[in-house]
Amino acid sequence: RPQRAQTTPHPVRPLQISNWTTAPMAATSSPSTAAAAMWAFAAAACVKLLLVPTYRSTDFDVHRYWLALTHALPARQWYTDASSEWTLDYPPFFAYFSRLLSLPAPFVDASLVDIPVPAAPPSSAYILYLRLTVAFSDLLLLASILLLARDARRRQRPFLALLLVLWSPALLIVDHIHFQYNGFLMGLLLLSLHFLEQGKDLAGGVVFAALLCSKHLFLVAAPVYFVYLFRHYCCGRGLARGLGRLVLMGAGVVAVFAMAFAPFVYYGQMQQLLSRLFPFGRGLFHAYWAPNFWVFYIVLDKILAFLLRRLGFSIEIPEASFTRGLVGDSSPFSVLPKVLSRLLSPFYPREEC
Amino acid sequence: MAKPKKSRNSAPDPSVAARLPWQPSAPPLATALLISFAALLLRALVSVGPYSGQGAAPKFGDYEAQRHWMELTLHLPSSDWYRNTSDNDLAHWGLDYPPLSAYQSRLHAHLINASLPDAVALRSSRGFESQESKLLMRWTVLSSDLILFFPAALWFVWAYMKDGVGGSGERREGWTWLLAMVLLNPCLVLIDHGHFQYNCISLGLTLGAIAGILSRNELVAAALFSLAINHKQMSMYFAPAFFGHLLGKCLKRKYPIVEIMKLGFVVLGTFALVWWPYLHSYEAAMQVISRLAPFERGIYEDYVANFWCTTSVLIKWKRLYAIKPLKLMSLSATILAFLPSFIQQVKSPSNLGFLYSLLNSSFSFYLFSYQVHEKSILLPLLPASLLALHEPHLHGWFTYYALFSMYPLICRDQLLLQYISVLGLFVLIYYSPGGNYGKGMKISSGTMAVLSLPLLCSILLHTVYLQIEPPKRYPFLFDALIMFICFSQFIILTLYTNYKQWMLDFHPRPVGSKKDL
Repeated sequence: RPQRAQTTPHPVRPLQISNWTTAPMAATSSPSTAAAAMWAFAAAACVKLLLVPTYRSTDFDVHRYWLALTHALPARQWYTDASSEWTLDYPPFFAYFSRLLSLPAPFVDASLVDIPVPAAPPSSAYILYLRLTVAFSDLLLLASILLLARDARRRQRPFLALLLVLWSPALLIVDHIHFQYNGFLMGLLLLSLHFLEQGKDLAGGVVFAALLCSKHLFLVAAPVYFVYLFRHYCCGRGLARGLGRLVLMGAGVVAVFAMAFAPFVYYGQMQQLLSRLFPFGRGLFHAYWAPNFWVFYIVLDKILAFLLRRLGFSIEIPEASFTRGLVGDSSPFSVLPKVLSRLLSPFYPREEC
Repeated sequence: MAKPKKSRNSAPDPSVAARLPWQPSAPPLATALLISFAALLLRALVSVGPYSGQGAAPKFGDYEAQRHWMELTLHLPSSDWYRNTSDNDLAHWGLDYPPLSAYQSRLHAHLINASLPDAVALRSSRGFESQESKLLMRWTVLSSDLILFFPAALWFVWAYMKDGVGGSGERREGWTWLLAMVLLNPCLVLIDHGHFQYNCISLGLTLGAIAGILSRNELVAAALFSLAINHKQMSMYFAPAFFGHLLGKCLKRKYPIVEIMKLGFVVLGTFALVWWPYLHSYEAAMQVISRLAPFERGIYEDYVANFWCTTSVLIKWKRLYAIKPLKLMSLSATILAFLPSFIQQVKSPSNLGFLYSLLNSSFSFYLFSYQVHEKSILLPLLPASLLALHEPHLHGWFTYYALFSMYPLICRDQLLLQYISVLGLFVLIYYSPGGNYGKGMKISSGTMAVLSLPLLCSILLHTVYLQIEPPKRYPFLFDALIMFICFSQFIILTLYTNYKQWMLDFHPRPVGSKKDL
């Protein structure tokens, strides 16, 4: 293949047969990664705008309630208020985030910040405002992508991979149709990873702690972080320095947690908060099955129930069964014991984020 | 074609680190399919929004009209479709498109009847609205688009690239952008999948005819264009261009009379096939034709950016003249307007000239014809998008003002969100990094300064129209302002394109002298 002498950076185009086309064309230099990423974000934003009138799940009502809750009531009542069934079950940083979002809300629609939440269906201004908050929070994701893209060339990371995070269909469906706020949380995660890539372990650890205080689902990544940070940040520098660093990292993480949980420790609400954050009463599974290991347990239970019923034993079909889509505190299992919540709590891969 | 670069084993070329997905030398079929899927996604997303006349009892809008036609064509015999009977009340959205539209309505009615008979039940389904019926109706438009418009667009781009419209091959690598421009036509997406119409069928057939002409299948082109006219009579806006170009080509051949007769047979045969149920008597045919050309509605309706409506601010045409002289005036004005491009094509037909002449003749009809709707801007917009590689600035400029001219309609339909989003995507794709907008004529800074004034006014008017109440004496002040701005731009555009088409004869395009390696 003849080597093309390229004086200006020139992306290869389809059907280009030779390089005789450079003369009549204007200089179309290859776009910078930042410009391309922002372009991609703008295109995704147009699609998000089109998704405003689509289906909203109950998560929309959940976040609408939290917005009103954090605006109308003092922090003392955030984790104790039960005026709605959608109780606050995210850590305090997310509550602070909701508070932030609620600040412009009264100018859009005064009923947005009423407690208890009015039963009337939300007005279109309301829906548009909430949808736009999700789209705006995705700017944090864009920022993290831009930071990662700066390094993409050196780390041989194809730019397309980063673009696909901005255009991720799963993220679009869950965030902009179903209605959740995973975009900016992913942005925080990527930011933390960026810091780790740069070798700024302390910053990465602190950002991850902040992420944990926003959505405790990311606890699943905590063991990996702990092991990595311990090994990379603390070890291999001698005992004194290593211990010092461990203390420093610990202090950073504790500081972040303190910022989040201190008010609630002061109010003496930690027990209540933890029970809200980790509702083991709901059982091992959600109404909709996640494709994880415990499916085998469910299937085994169903098979046993079927066989034993055939053999003449009277086996009740429980109210909160897996195929009915209901959740409740009673055991959803027919035959096998309800898996003891406290024993197996670390393994609770509840699919509901 | 250059071999696709395999960058898996070697470090990626740093100069192309920020390539966007369609920029590497991807296989053309896959890229074309991807662009088509993206265009389909856009249409599906716009479809989620409201349709024309949603919830607006008792008259509703175009959606109800189409549903009503499905009801009529499904249950009534074809002789009754255009007649006022007890079942067919012509006052409530009577059929006013040629028979192919009716056949298409019938086909869709069968499909809807299979799942939701209540939506198309005779008489009882008037004003029927539900989530399921909206889904089904939207799918009839989406499927028509997929079956007709998309393949026509792909064929057109293929024919365009194969024959190198314009002579030299310097535009070869812009085909992805061209395909995106044709498929992403914002007005078409908003009207067909938002407001609810079936322009994709007639425009798809026309586009197929254009592609046929470019790839020298003139008989197929003639048949497709006749079908397009039989679906919506507005496709006649393109007739002078087709006629002029084909006539010019026939005259250059060995036996012109034979060629013309062949074309004539194809056209007449297609018409006979479509009008078959109405050919048995003169009255039946005239009944249909009287529905197609409702002259009594007046020379213009509402606020459309054409000559008659705009100048009616100064010269009250409707008051000064009766219908008959107005018909004559508009006919002669239209003929005068498309005459230059017609003559040019008869004298020296060429593929590029044909595209220009399509634009010029449809523009002349839009500006000077009788009873033009604001949605008819779709017709000149099609050839403008086909010329996107040759005239990128014109295409972008025209698309923006075409959208702007439909802004009042969009606001009435509550499609503002979709409007912003589709316009945003169009601008992004148009200015896509590494795209083709930089090519074409260089605009001097003086011209830019002059052009930016109406642009700023239009941006201002977008918000003013929504927020500010017009004064009581002139309740349609803002509509009139929008119309005036758009008309001024359209006049400039059409003068420019007519000039360009004439200049084709005097400045032949340089033949590409470099050969393939």
